[in-house]
Amino acid sequence: MSDRPVGRAAEKLIFERSSPGRVGYQLPPLEVPAVGTTMLPGTAVREEIADLPEVSEVDVVRHFTRLSKLNYGVDEGLYPLGSCTMKYNPRINEEIARLAGIAQLHPLQPANQVQGALAIMWELEQALIAITGMARVTLQPAAGAHGELTGMLMIRKALIDRGERRRTVLIPDSAHGTNPASAVFAGFQVVEIASTAAGTLDLAALRRHLEGGDIAALMVTVPNTLGVFEPEIVAAAEMLHEKGAFLYMDGANLNAFVGVALPGTMGADALHINLHKTFSTPHGGGGPGAGPVAVSSALVPYLPVPTVEKRGGRYAFDCDRPGSIGKVRGFFGNFGMLVRALAYIRSLGCDGLRRMAEGAVLNANYVRKGLEESYHLQYTGASLHEVVFDDSLQAAVGVRNIDIAKRLLDYGFHPPTMSFPLIVHGALMIEPTESEGIEELDAFITAMREIAREARESPELVKGAPYTTPVRRLDEVRAARQPVLRWRRGGR
Amino acid sequence: MHRYQAGSGDRQRMLATIGISSIEQLFETIPAGVRCEALDLPPARSEEEVRREFWAYAGANAAPDCFASFLGAGVYRHVAPAVADALIQRGEFFTAYTPYQPEVSQGTLQAIFEFQTYVCQLTEQDVANASLYDGATAVVEAVLMAQRILPGRPRVVVAGSLHPEFRAVLDTYEEPLGVTVTEVPWDVHGRLDGAAMAGALGTDVCAVVVQSPNVLGVVEDLHAVGAAAKAAGAMAIHVVAEATSLGVLAPGGRFGFDVVCGELQAFGIPPSFGGPHLGFFASSQAHLRQMPGRLAGETVDSAGKRGFVLTLSTREQHIRRAKATSNICTNHGLMALVATITLSLLGRKGVRETALASHATAEYLKAGVRGQGPGVRLAFPEGPTYNEFLVLHDDPDGLLERLRQEGILGGVSTSRLGGRLPLGILIAATERNTRRECDLLLDALRRLA
Repeated sequence: MSDRPVGRAAEKLIFERSSPGRVGYQLPPLEVPAVGTTMLPGTAVREEIADLPEVSEVDVVRHFTRLSKLNYGVDEGLYPLGSCTMKYNPRINEEIARLAGIAQLHPLQPANQVQGALAIMWELEQALIAITGMARVTLQPAAGAHGELTGMLMIRKALIDRGERRRTVLIPDSAHGTNPASAVFAGFQVVEIASTAAGTLDLAALRRHLEGGDIAALMVTVPNTLGVFEPEIVAAAEMLHEKGAFLYMDGANLNAFVGVALPGTMGADALHINLHKTFSTPHGGGGPGAGPVAVSSALVPYLPVPTVEKRGGRYAFDCDRPGSIGKVRGFFGNFGMLVRALAYIRSLGCDGLRRMAEGAVLNANYVRKGLEESYHLQYTGASLHEVVFDDSLQAAVGVRNIDIAKRLLDYGFHPPTMSFPLIVHGALMIEPTESEGIEELDAFITAMREIAREARESPELVKGAPYTTPVRRLDEVRAARQPVLRWRRGGR
Repeated sequence: MHRYQAGSGDRQRMLATIGISSIEQLFETIPAGVRCEALDLPPARSEEEVRREFWAYAGANAAPDCFASFLGAGVYRHVAPAVADALIQRGEFFTAYTPYQPEVSQGTLQAIFEFQTYVCQLTEQDVANASLYDGATAVVEAVLMAQRILPGRPRVVVAGSLHPEFRAVLDTYEEPLGVTVTEVPWDVHGRLDGAAMAGALGTDVCAVVVQSPNVLGVVEDLHAVGAAAKAAGAMAIHVVAEATSLGVLAPGGRFGFDVVCGELQAFGIPPSFGGPHLGFFASSQAHLRQMPGRLAGETVDSAGKRGFVLTLSTREQHIRRAKATSNICTNHGLMALVATITLSLLGRKGVRETALASHATAEYLKAGVRGQGPGVRLAFPEGPTYNEFLVLHDDPDGLLERLRQEGILGGVSTSRLGGRLPLGILIAATERNTRRECDLLLDALRRLA
């Protein structure tokens, strides 16, 4: 059992810490005449919001510091969430994002006041073009799913431009849930395509579907969600293009092959890139991220506006794109995350980026080797940057992936991704990333082997975990059946 | 080796354990035809070199804090308490991810619960989600929700004074889903034209979207708009772009609006050239199952201790896939934390005082502008405003450049907002604008307009 202390009484809600008369912030004195609400229509005015808390600055610091200590972040140790690429978040990126000439910029300042910001956007696009081998990149989308939607909207526009209304998008059963959700929001219907026995794309099935003629695109993750490279990706792209369809590539797993292979040469028409995965911008407890989309020349006319252009050493926004799908969010992109990503790309350089992919793949294979005697591997193809085990050896004694995950918390690790992809029952998707050194990986392997032994020898111990975390297993059924989604004065 | 990665000594040991002689063997499944040679990028740089490069970029920008700045139009320069940024830089907060394992994520989850509570308090709605990307996509999610709830009604009535950035994004998303937008103009006072709206409503309308304060800075009559929407059987959506306005202005929740949504950037989030900002979404209890985005809920653990978990996930993409209420996965969690900390510091008194100070400062400027000659005049002299107002001018870009040369960023030219607004300058004031800055602006307008 770990030494993690049980600690004080649970931290109250900030509202429960409130005490009348406390202030947490003081504004400078008002120098202009006070007008109260006399200049506003009486019916439009509200009183002071009585239930907002009254706490001091010290209260706030104590509260959020204590809350932070209930969290596990990748700064603490291995965080092997498959498909999330929890790598180290460099602090120089944080310093740079906070420079006054970056953090304070207003998006509607004229171009001559923001040449440095436009240069950053232009340079990042150039870097992502080099990394992907594709024609151009839009920096607007705020997250991977947002990028998926953007890419699918461009594909839809390209088809309409051609005079075609293809309504169907093919998506493998191993795909991340955002893929079908995004396709539907782009106005398509989704047909699921079953993976082969090896867990990869079924080319014969693809060919059959394409005969129908209504296929707009195939959405595929490379390497796939098992961490296995899609061996038929080039053939699939050729098949799609021959039938006038497009290839959308989900770039969540890009960390596996940056500097090794180019999605552009695989035939991708649109590829989203998760800056908060591959390019180190912090996960933030659930964002903000950024999901730029790289496109082939076929989709360039449909890019969101504005783009950033460089002419004669000056940078400018350009809205002259008649075929554009328009805007997918306010202003230009999550600029604060774009800055961090460019700083990371500069820090790593061409050599560092390649070593990043090599390290990611090496670490995943080291973990695979260390665990393959203890856990079941349904799909045994060569792993790139992540490996998907499952709980079937342990399930025989009633220990499931969730129990293994909860017991791993007692060993001081964040668990792998669970229950994804859907084609692996009881999945444990492990992605260590290149940030990890051998000691951390060895400690993880040792812990996982220990849990496998515990599952054999004392399954009830595993099923009752975790024991040493700030809270024990939580009643998720109750949370859904009797939703309490906010604090109210005086209780429910 | 690189400072962010494991060392080469480690590599040799790992290769030996795996039983291969080189890393290249691990890439054998990637065919030769898609391989690349060295990337066409500069080599790795030291931290100091990276710092120099970005200081140069930053130095080529005009930072508003170096000027007397009155920029608004959807992005506002309010107080950002020092301790908020210090707290979010704790690695436990910003290097964690979505709280999939709640037992080691109670910090994130409790903070989300507190954020959801703040949003409900500000909007007088029953339930709020854990954040969306920004105000523009929040408006889109609200309209899409209205579509799901009222499927036979494919039309949306939208105020012409909705921020053009929000409207542009709505148009992008609506087009593939076959929804049409009817725009309602503003009247002589800059408020939604009631007669025009009445004419636009019908049994095929799923929602009415009104921003208040609107892009012209004018405060709408939400009571009237809400009543008209309800009478027509449509959902009423109140959009907020300047969140501090909720410190003095009654939100749509008070008038029976179905959704209050928009942008919370004004509470402590840096402008950052347009992002990341903070979309918020709050609705009445009746629409809970149709809400987009993450929700954190209260529960207990096996020892009876209070805790928080993500809940009602069957709405979301990882469970519901093609039938999800939204495709959103990663949202803007850290920005929600910034707002939560900022709102905690401001608290009951500070939220009120910030709003009153912002409003008073803008009223001082408006009074000053009213007193000037015909060169600069208020677009809507009778329209009530919160902290932003439109001043008409024939050459706003030229005037703003002359102001900049005097150390003043006087506002946002409406020519940069799509061309459907009256030509002039939107001037925004906040609690950060001093009297001296205001007098500088008024004096400069007198001479230069």
